[in-house]
Amino acid sequence: MSTINYSEKIPNNVNLGEDRTLQRALEGWQPNFINWWDDVGPEGSTNHEVYLRTAVSVDPQGWAQFGHVKMRDYRWGIFLNPGDANREIHFGDHKGEKAWQDVPGEHRANLRRIIVTQGDTEPASVEQQRHLGLTAPSMYDLRNLFQINVEEGRHLWAMVYLLHKHFGRDGREEAEALLQRTSGDQDNPRILGAFNEKTPDWLAFFMFTYFTDRDGKFQLAALAESAFDPLARTTKFMLTEEAHHMFVGESGVSRVLARTAQVMNELKTDDPQKVRAAGAIDLGTIQRYLNFHYSVTIDLFGADQSSNAAIFYSSGLKGRYEEGKRGDDHVLKGQTYKVLEVKDGQLVEKDVPMLNALNEVLRDDFIKDSVAGVGRWNKVLEKAGIPTRLTVPHKAFNRQIGALAGIKMSPEGRVVNDMEWAAKRDEWLPSAEDFAFVASLMGRVVEPGKFAGWISPPVMGINRQPVDFEYVRFG
Amino acid sequence: MDMAVEAGVIKQHLIDPEICIRCNTCEATCPVNAITHDDNNYVVRADVCNGCMACISPCPTGSIDNWRTMPLVRAYTIEEQLSWESLPAELTPEELEAAGVSAEAAGDAAAAVPAQTQAQAQAAVESVEPAFNSAQYGATVPPWSAAHAYTNLFAPKSPTTATVVGNFNCTEAGFDSETHHIVLDFGVVPFPVLEGQSIGIIPPGVDATAKRHHARQYSVASPRNGERPGYNNVSLTVKRVTEDHQGDPVRGVCSNYVCDLKVGDTVQVVGPFGSSFLMPNHPKSHIVMICTGTGSAPMRAMTEWRRRLRKSGKFEGGKLMLFFGARTQQELPYFGPLQSLPKDFIDINLAFSRTPGQPKRYVQDLMRERAADLAALLKDGASHFYVCGLKSMEEGVVLALRDVAKEAGLDWDTVGAALKREGRLHLETY
Ligand SMILES: Cc1cc2nc3c(=O)[nH]c(=O)nc-3n(C[C@H](O)[C@H](O)[C@H](O)COP(=O)(O)OP(=O)(O)OC[C@H]3O[C@@H](n4cnc5c(N)ncnc54)[C@H](O)[C@@H]3O)c2cc1C
Ligand code: SF4
Ligand code: SF4
Repeated sequence: MSTINYSEKIPNNVNLGEDRTLQRALEGWQPNFINWWDDVGPEGSTNHEVYLRTAVSVDPQGWAQFGHVKMRDYRWGIFLNPGDANREIHFGDHKGEKAWQDVPGEHRANLRRIIVTQGDTEPASVEQQRHLGLTAPSMYDLRNLFQINVEEGRHLWAMVYLLHKHFGRDGREEAEALLQRTSGDQDNPRILGAFNEKTPDWLAFFMFTYFTDRDGKFQLAALAESAFDPLARTTKFMLTEEAHHMFVGESGVSRVLARTAQVMNELKTDDPQKVRAAGAIDLGTIQRYLNFHYSVTIDLFGADQSSNAAIFYSSGLKGRYEEGKRGDDHVLKGQTYKVLEVKDGQLVEKDVPMLNALNEVLRDDFIKDSVAGVGRWNKVLEKAGIPTRLTVPHKAFNRQIGALAGIKMSPEGRVVNDMEWAAKRDEWLPSAEDFAFVASLMGRVVEPGKFAGWISPPVMGINRQPVDFEYVRFG
Repeated sequence: MDMAVEAGVIKQHLIDPEICIRCNTCEATCPVNAITHDDNNYVVRADVCNGCMACISPCPTGSIDNWRTMPLVRAYTIEEQLSWESLPAELTPEELEAAGVSAEAAGDAAAAVPAQTQAQAQAAVESVEPAFNSAQYGATVPPWSAAHAYTNLFAPKSPTTATVVGNFNCTEAGFDSETHHIVLDFGVVPFPVLEGQSIGIIPPGVDATAKRHHARQYSVASPRNGERPGYNNVSLTVKRVTEDHQGDPVRGVCSNYVCDLKVGDTVQVVGPFGSSFLMPNHPKSHIVMICTGTGSAPMRAMTEWRRRLRKSGKFEGGKLMLFFGARTQQELPYFGPLQSLPKDFIDINLAFSRTPGQPKRYVQDLMRERAADLAALLKDGASHFYVCGLKSMEEGVVLALRDVAKEAGLDWDTVGAALKREGRLHLETY
C-alpha cells in the first residue's frame, strides 16, 4: 500500500514501476540531480555517516526511521500521502466537484508555474547552506543541517515528479531548469528574491529556517488544499518534514538567546561590546538579524493585491491556510480584506476585494504564527531575568514587493525620509560590522557533546538520543 | 470495577509547551484525533489518547514525549493544558495519595494499583531511585515472527461502512457491566486485521460543541481469518458504559450506540490500528495473557487463532497462559466458552474481586501465586507477554512481573529491556 519500495532506483509509493516511460524519464533526470548535489550540496561531507531520519512509508509508524546513513546514499524518493478516492474540491468555483487526478487543460500553465516556483525554493536552500557544514557549532547542529539538506533535496524530487508525470515535455524542461538556476547566480538566479540572499553564518541559518521555512509551511499548507489531488497529497507529506526545519530555527535562536542571557547574567552587563568580547552575540545583533529575515520572508508571499492569487483560488489551484477549518463560504466573492498603502506620507488601510488580497491573507496568517514563536523566544529572556524583548518589525518595514515596495519605514511603522533611513539603517538591519562579528565567532566544533561558546546545548537530543550522541561519523 | 476506578492512576500524555514549536505534525499524525490546539498550545485529550506512540518519532522536537502519573479523576483537562506556559511538575507520592480516594475504594479496584504497589512506588522514590514507569517496558515493535499488519487503511475523514451481522450479550444479563459481542461484516471491502489490532467506530451525530463525534477504539476479538472462518468479518467485545470513572451515571456515547445496534444496521469504521501488539506466529512461542474486562478481546482473538491452528495440526505446543480479572464470574465476558477449552491447551487463571464470601483477588495476586511458572517463562526467550484492559492495572501487573523475575534471581533491567527490545512485552490499557 503506502509502503515505499527501497529496492527501486527511485524509492516511491506511486507505482512508478508500472509507468515505464515516466520511470525512464525520471531515471534520466536522476544523474543530473546527483551531479548537482555533488557540485553544490553540503561541502566536504561525502564520507560522513549522518544520523538521518528517512521515510520508509508514509504512515505514522514508517515515516520517521532513524539511522546512520551516508548522505549520498540517502534515498531521495517520491512519497505521496494516501489518497481519498472520493475527495471533493472544497473551495473556489469548482467547490463540490470531484478533486482532479489529472491537470485540466485550462489550468495547466498556472499549475505548472506554482509547482516550478515551489520546486525552485528547495534546491535553493541547499545551495544557500552549502558552506555552513564547515562552521557548525556542534555535531548535533551539523546533523540537523544535513537532515534539512537531504529533505530539501527530496522536496525537489517531489515537485520534479509532478512536473514529469503531469506536464509532458514542458514539465521535463522545467525539471531540467530547476538544476540549472543557482542561488545568487548573476545570470541565472533562483526565482524568488529571498532564495538568492546569502546564508553567511549560523545565526542567519537559524533565522532562515525559522522564518523562511515557515513561509514554506504556509505555502505548502495552502497547496495541500489544492483541487489537483497529486499536488495536495505530495505537499501534505512535505509538511511533516518541513516541521523539523522550523524546529531547527526556533530552537537554534532560543539556544543563542539562552547563551547570551547567561553571559549577560554572569558579567552583570547589558553592554553589547562586553557581551561580544565574551564571545556571545549581543541582543541588538539578534534583533537586527530578525528584522532582516522577517522582512525578506514576508515579501515571499507576493504582492498585497494580485489577480493571480484570485485566479489560483477561484480555480481551485491553491487554497488558504487551513481552508477546511474556516467557517465562511469558501468562494469569497463580494468579500473584502484590509491591505496597507501609503497616502500623503501616512500609512493607511484600505478595503480591497478579498479574492485579490489572498496573498495578504496568507501573509497575515504567517505573521501571527511567527509572532507567537518570537513570544516563545522572549520567554527565554524572561526566565533568565533579562528585561529586553525581541519584536517583529512593522509589516511595511524594508519591503521590496507590492504596494509597500521601496517605502522607507522604521521598524515601529513610522514613514521616514531618505536621510533618516540612511542614518538609522545600521540600527535596524545588520551592518557589515555585525556580519563580520558574527562571522568571527563561526568555528567548527564537532566533538560529541561540545558546543561553540555563542550557543547553548539543546534541551534534548534527536529521537531521544543523548545530546552527546555521535550524530555524525566522519569517514 | 467501575466504582473503584476513581482510585486509578493513569500515565497522562502531555506536550511540553516550552519546547513544542506548534508545527501540527502530531495532530496530523495521531490516528484517533487525540491532539488538538488553539493559538497558544498543542494539547492531548486524556480520554482519547491510547498511548499508541504513533506521534512520538515524527515530532521534530521531542516535546510530545511527556508523561505524568495522575489520579484518573485529576487528569489535566484540555482547558488547563491550553493555558500552560510550562509543564507542571510530577505529583509527589504524598500528593498522589492525597488525591486518591478512600483505601476501601482503592482496595475494591480489581484493576487499580494495589496498596502494596503504592508502598513500593513510594519506597522507590524515597531511596531516590526514579519512580517506576511501567510504560517504559512496553514494546513498540512486534514479535519477530508476527505477520505484517496493515494500518490506517481508512482515516477518520474517509471511513468505510460495515454491516452488523451479530450482536449478543456475552455476560450474564442483568449485571451492571453488560458486555456485548458484536460481529461486523465488511462485504467486499478489504479490511485485513490481525489479532491484537483494533478498529475505530464513529458514532453518528455530533458532540456538545457541534463537532462530529470522534472515533472510539475497540480491540478485535476475532482471529485473522474472521469471526466465522473464511468470512470478511470481525468481532468486538464492547462494554456498555453507564457510569463514568467517578461512578456517576452517564451514557457512554459510542459503547451504548454499539451495544444497541441491530443486525442489518451499518456503522462507520476507521482503522485498522496497531502494529506492535501482535501475536507471534512461531509455533513454539509461548503467550502469557493478562487482562481485565474487555481487555479480554485481543486475548480471545489470539487464543482462537491458536485453537484453529491446533485443530489443523499446525501448532507445536507453545504454551498459552491466561490471567483474567473481573468483579464476578457473571460479569466475565466469554466465561462459558473459556470453560470449554481443553486444560492442556490453555492454563486459565481467573481472579474475582467481588465474589460474596470470598476474599478479593486480582490478576496480580494470581501472577504472584503462579510465580514459579511465570519465572520459567520469563527465562525463555520464546515467551511473549500481553497486558490489556483498564489503564490502572498496568503498573501493578508489570511490577508483579518484575518481582517474579527478581525472586527467581533474574536481573529485571536486563529481562525488561530484552522483552521490550524483542517485542515480547505489550501493554495496551485504556
Ligand atoms: C486501544 C483501545 C482499545 C479498546 N478496546 C476496547 C474494547 O475492546 N472494548 C471496549 O468496551 N472498550 C474498548 N476501549 C475503550 C473504548 O474505546 C471507549 O473508550 C469506551 O467504549 C467508552 O466510550 P463511550 O463513547 O461509550 O464513552 P464516552 O461518551 O466517551 O465517555 C463517557 C464517560 O464515561 C467515562 N468512561 C469512558 N470509558 C469508561 C470505562 N471503560 N469505564 C468507566 N467510565 C468510562 C468517560 O471518561 C466519560 O466521563 C478501547 C480503547 C482503546 C484506546
Ligand atoms: S500516543 Fe497515539 S493516541 Fe496518543 S496522542 Fe500520540 S498518536 Fe495520538
Ligand atoms: S509534533 Fe511536537 S513540536 Fe509539533 S506541534 Fe506536536 S508536540 Fe509540538
